[in-house]
Amino acid sequence: MSEVKVYERPKSWMPNVSSHYCPGCGHGIAHRLVCEAIDELGIQNDTIGVAPVGCAAMIYDYMDTDYCEAPHGRAPAVATGLKTVRPDKIVYTYQGDGDLASIGMGEIIHAANRGQNITVIFINNAIYGMTGGQMAPTTLIGQRASTCPLGRDVKLNGYPIRVSELLAALPAPGYVTRVTVAQPKYIIKAKQAVKQAFQNQLDGKGFSLVEILSSCPTNWGMRPVEAFDWLVNTMMPYYPLGTFKDFD
Amino acid sequence: MGRVLMKGTEAIAEAAIQAGCKYFFGYPITPQNEIPEYMSAHLPEVGGVYVQAESEVASINMVLGGGATGYRVMTSSSSPGISLMSEGISYVAGCEIPAVIVNVMRAGPGLGGILPGQADYLQSTKGGGNGDYNLFVLARSTLQECVDLTQLAFDLAQKYRNPVMVAADGFMGQMMEAVEIKPSPSKDQPADPSWALGFMGERGGKRSHLHSLFLSPEPLEEHNRKLQKKYQAMKDAEQRCECYMMDDAEVLIAAYGTTARISRSAVNNLRAEGLKVGMIRPITLWPYPYEAFKKLPSTVKHILVSEMNAGQMVDDVKVATGCKYPVSFYGRMGGFAPSVGEIENECRRILGL
Repeated sequence: MSEVKVYERPKSWMPNVSSHYCPGCGHGIAHRLVCEAIDELGIQNDTIGVAPVGCAAMIYDYMDTDYCEAPHGRAPAVATGLKTVRPDKIVYTYQGDGDLASIGMGEIIHAANRGQNITVIFINNAIYGMTGGQMAPTTLIGQRASTCPLGRDVKLNGYPIRVSELLAALPAPGYVTRVTVAQPKYIIKAKQAVKQAFQNQLDGKGFSLVEILSSCPTNWGMRPVEAFDWLVNTMMPYYPLGTFKDFD
Repeated sequence: MGRVLMKGTEAIAEAAIQAGCKYFFGYPITPQNEIPEYMSAHLPEVGGVYVQAESEVASINMVLGGGATGYRVMTSSSSPGISLMSEGISYVAGCEIPAVIVNVMRAGPGLGGILPGQADYLQSTKGGGNGDYNLFVLARSTLQECVDLTQLAFDLAQKYRNPVMVAADGFMGQMMEAVEIKPSPSKDQPADPSWALGFMGERGGKRSHLHSLFLSPEPLEEHNRKLQKKYQAMKDAEQRCECYMMDDAEVLIAAYGTTARISRSAVNNLRAEGLKVGMIRPITLWPYPYEAFKKLPSTVKHILVSEMNAGQMVDDVKVATGCKYPVSFYGRMGGFAPSVGEIENECRRILGL
């Protein structure tokens, strides 16, 4: 009887390496989607990733492609430098919400506004994960975090930033979409979006950003299943899924 | 191209292009704006790209990414802009990425003014960013030297995989002088695929990742030891210094950049009067030319440091000479430079005249 392999690790995932992510964290799924896109497009040897500061800072321990570190928030600028010198390579950043939407808001807006032909994978889990659950620019109104123990107060902290809608208001960025890894049916769509964002770059189309709503059970103080439910029931109403721009 | 009359900033820019720099990431700040302007006009002629960054924070990180490919990249700024770049410079050094950074220094602190200064000596040579790192700091006193050291900067950056700062002050940036700019012999030096990003295929599928993050103490200390070994090699091989009229000097002026240029005139005038005055001029502010200071002639009785700041190099001179000589300081701040006459008077005062 011949064996049929139905599941294996992506080729662009480092062999024999397990990730450090907490149980129920969405980073592992998002990493896998990036790896699958790289494998399916056959671009492993031509891809250069730019790592963020945050839980995914060690992404280069898992991804078997060239990788460059960036200071907190500066990944789009680092990617701009890489892509400027090597337009023949596929350059992408992988950033969390503290990295991209707080300290790095300047860099992402301007990279998007230049229509830089790069791919941005943006993980929005409404909290600072690596530093231990502080309020992020994406933390929901009323959501508790270690630096807003009574819940986010709009009078003090303003409103959670909808990055995709903000960037989609600019003329230059071509592809801006929001997906989630909360449930399998959404993961299938998320995979299509991630692959599309890399394909756009291969086609020389310009700036693509995929915002992935993700979970952080540890810092949300929930079990993994509760966390995915909260993501669907509480995060998704504020951060609606959908494609805001598609090179139209 | 023979000798042409050029402004300092433009000479630096053209020298960089002739050194094979095709990628420049800039942000406006006075008094260095002619460098990004020149690059934006002339890089496209050589198939290069000028990118105007949204801030100095972004421009140094574009340099980080561009330099990570192993090709020759550059940025320029002036004092407050260099402060903003300091985080990035620390990362560039920590990731061992070659890059050239020009600092056309102005007077500080804070916004200070747009007039020339040398008040970034300590920031450039002792750190600026976090962590145990060093970068080459090259100081010049003529525009021809601006050209030559800019080209040297690219060679040093690639040889040591390290950032190099070319420190000019506003006078050097804004004055005009005849220069000859030849293509650098290393102009077409390719990227080193053994480490540079974008060569995974050439490495047979072996990836490269450039980072300064090591969460465990053992590899982080190992990384630091490796860097320190490299810095020691830089100290051993790359100290540069000019000794002028030093052989029988009783008073030795220690100065760099514009103040060295002024001091040279003072030395010439005092020598014409028969006074035994010389000059030692560090060209590499880091690595500091300790070896040259070890070989001072026995005639030296006093060292006068002159800078356009409050005396930031004085401690280095004391350390370099083992505190064997009295060291005094004469400088100006706020955009002023010491005049030839002021330095002459200071030397006469030291000589008891």
